[in-house]
Amino acid sequence: MTRITVNDKTIDVDAAPDTPLLWVLRDHLAMTGTKFGCGMALCGACTVHLEGAAVRSCVLPLEALEGKRITTIEGLSQDRSHAVQRAWMELDVPQCGYCQSGQIMSAAALLESNPRPSDAEIDAAMAGNICRCGTYPRIRKAIHRAADLKTPRNASS
Amino acid sequence: MRDPTRRDFFRRTALAGGGLVLAMALPALAGRARSGKSAAGTSAAALNAWLKIGTDDSITVLVDRSEMGQGVYTALPMLLAEELEIDLARIEVVAAPVGDAYINPANGGQVTGTSNSIQDAWDKLRTAGAQARLMLIAAAAKRWRVDPGECRAMGGRVTNARGDSLRYGDLAEAAAKLPVPKDVKLKAAADFRLIGKPLARIDTPAKVDGTAQFGLDVQLPGMAYAVIALSPTLGGKAIAVDSAAAEALPGVRRVLSTSSGVVVVADHFWQASKARNALKITWDPGPNARLDNAGWRALLDHAAATVPGLKAKMSRGDTGSALKRAEKTLSAVYELPLLAHACMEPMNCTADVRADRCDIYVGTQVQQGSQAAAAEAAGLKAEQVNVHTTLLGGGFGRRLEVDFIPAAVEASKALGIPVKLVWTREDDITHDLFRPPAREEVSAGFDAHGKLLAFGLHITSPSITARASPPTVATDPFDSVIEYAQNFPYAVPNYLLSFSRQEIGIDVGYLRSVSHAPNCFAIECFLDELAAAVSRDPLELRLDLLADKPRHIAVLKETARLVGWGRPPPGRFQGLAFMEGYTSHIAQVAEISVVRGALKVHKITCVIDCGQMVNPRIVESQIESGIVYGLSAALWGDITLREGRARETNFNTYRVLRSNEMPEIAVHLIPSEAAPGGIGEVAVPPVAPAVCNAIFAATAKRLRRLPIAAHSLA
Repeated sequence: MTRITVNDKTIDVDAAPDTPLLWVLRDHLAMTGTKFGCGMALCGACTVHLEGAAVRSCVLPLEALEGKRITTIEGLSQDRSHAVQRAWMELDVPQCGYCQSGQIMSAAALLESNPRPSDAEIDAAMAGNICRCGTYPRIRKAIHRAADLKTPRNASS
Repeated sequence: MRDPTRRDFFRRTALAGGGLVLAMALPALAGRARSGKSAAGTSAAALNAWLKIGTDDSITVLVDRSEMGQGVYTALPMLLAEELEIDLARIEVVAAPVGDAYINPANGGQVTGTSNSIQDAWDKLRTAGAQARLMLIAAAAKRWRVDPGECRAMGGRVTNARGDSLRYGDLAEAAAKLPVPKDVKLKAAADFRLIGKPLARIDTPAKVDGTAQFGLDVQLPGMAYAVIALSPTLGGKAIAVDSAAAEALPGVRRVLSTSSGVVVVADHFWQASKARNALKITWDPGPNARLDNAGWRALLDHAAATVPGLKAKMSRGDTGSALKRAEKTLSAVYELPLLAHACMEPMNCTADVRADRCDIYVGTQVQQGSQAAAAEAAGLKAEQVNVHTTLLGGGFGRRLEVDFIPAAVEASKALGIPVKLVWTREDDITHDLFRPPAREEVSAGFDAHGKLLAFGLHITSPSITARASPPTVATDPFDSVIEYAQNFPYAVPNYLLSFSRQEIGIDVGYLRSVSHAPNCFAIECFLDELAAAVSRDPLELRLDLLADKPRHIAVLKETARLVGWGRPPPGRFQGLAFMEGYTSHIAQVAEISVVRGALKVHKITCVIDCGQMVNPRIVESQIESGIVYGLSAALWGDITLREGRARETNFNTYRVLRSNEMPEIAVHLIPSEAAPGGIGEVAVPPVAPAVCNAIFAATAKRLRRLPIAAHSLA
């Protein structure tokens, strides 16, 4: 039994210690918003927050998570009110949408550490999240928009 | 012109379903804000195959095309809503079941492909909306005992001059019993309220909070998880399986041999995945054990020289003799590699087989094909199989195939429980049905004045359609091979288009833009070569050859204006490509630099005239999407075979474009009221020739074999 906190809820998970967090979330906790893309931390579809930092849950074994705090797309907000989600909707970022939970989690973590990222900083921070539909231009715009929603620019800037 | 391609795709079995509309509460869009399910005690009336209106005033549109990012869950309801006089926000979308009403005649079935969902639905869904509106008005008029001409429908209500007003929900049951009006008059473009507006997508909210339901997300009570061991060599099969070690592992329920591989069923995916690694399987590698890239290339080269080309009917004049009398001739061979689709969502299927029925939950582009595959695997009749179409985590033609369905069905049948079978990324890439390789040989001749006399294109490649729809190739052997070449838009008195079919031993599949991409690479790069050969500007040469085609000219001129053609910034170089396809007209200019052999694509500018747009916001995103997909393929796309196996296995070896590698993309949409064209695939093909033509401008190197990364630019 491993005790983890997912979206502010403490949960005891009964799974093999080497089970990646991705499959704990999806198969054991029925939280399917976090996606399986590659299984090797190459595509970012499985991105969640571990103690606030963006991590690839497909290579994160349960045994490393005892007592840790995890946030998934389901816990980012209760009502799509997170600035990144609002910006994503405003710009209609998703196409097929499969990678977008991961994109959103990466973007949300980026804005926590860098509230006003440049284009280059966005591109670098998001480089681990593949989108085969090619939503990258909208993702970049939406991250700028989310930065504004989160931290409104003052009138003089 | 409607593309005749893939018209009989997967029309292998009698069509089932009888047009009956089944209420399906399943996966589609379970977004919290859109849980518009009818409240208890209410019911819904079907006004036609696509529309249900509940007594609680809920409006449900059954969308019969699969949503794979291209926007059909928004654009198709817009067509219906336009004539029904309701706002898009009112609509709940559900995936249509299998049904005759949902057949796209151009694709020969309920198929999402060939970029023609809008073309197919354009009249059909507007008519369905208009008929429903007239039936609601007729029901209201009857209740009020007034002439229908005195009533009008707007905003989900029918009103009359006296000030009476009824909700659609109050009228639906009565309306559904009325005769369906014939010869309805549809709105003129000037009266469109929704069509042509950049409305927000219906599916976005569920895609930003994790509630969107893809095939991978399906959960059924009592469900087990499965993975499959597929033959490492393409076309091989298991001849002996030692599953003792695997079956001893925790959570493992069963190891079984299926028609497509050895399946491990366990309580959870991870357990099944570990148990698969513990299997000891002896494989018969089958006929492809020695197939590699040099092998298929030699096959194509040999066939090009020895298999007489079938001449396509679009050929004109006498190219052979024109080339003989030409003052100047050129020829070149362009070569295209195998490509993987690499959808973000790996292939998967959830099956629930019972004694007398089977339910499959699957992201598919072919509902009837999926139904037929499941029925065969379950030993049931097609009509006993319910296909629940989920959202697709990418399609790109990969989900036109049903190869991942039977094993899930066989496992569910064997264990008597629902089974979700999930392919890993490695399964997905190595056992894709790859885009076939192509060898496209071009030749051309000019007269003494530099006028283009003749253009020849001889294609040597496998045929996808020969496997996917044999009846189609019986009447049209060119299907899926000459898609841009058959529309060859350039004025030349002698044009010879021919095809030598050569299979390479493995099954190949349709990949986004299919043969438009290889055709466009050969034709548009070669035009650049021709321009250089007669010292003409590549844009001017095209404008000359398209002089009588105003839409083509407008697209090219607008592109040239936007990019400042011929005047790139210092150190940058431009390359141009054009295509007519999917009834759309598109041009792209790539702006690149090559510094010490390192290529950087700075910007792709794209202009498209796709006729009447339903939702320009979606059109723009599809064009961006096509450019990114095309650029990944142009730069790196290359499945290389060795001993009958793909060497590329995951995103580390099958490289695709990432955010930090993105050029700037500028998309310009030309407004038009011409018939709608396709947009889902059309932006893919011009990318590679535009970039390669720019590379020539920068380096004087002609890249005639993709991918670009295989060449040294130093």
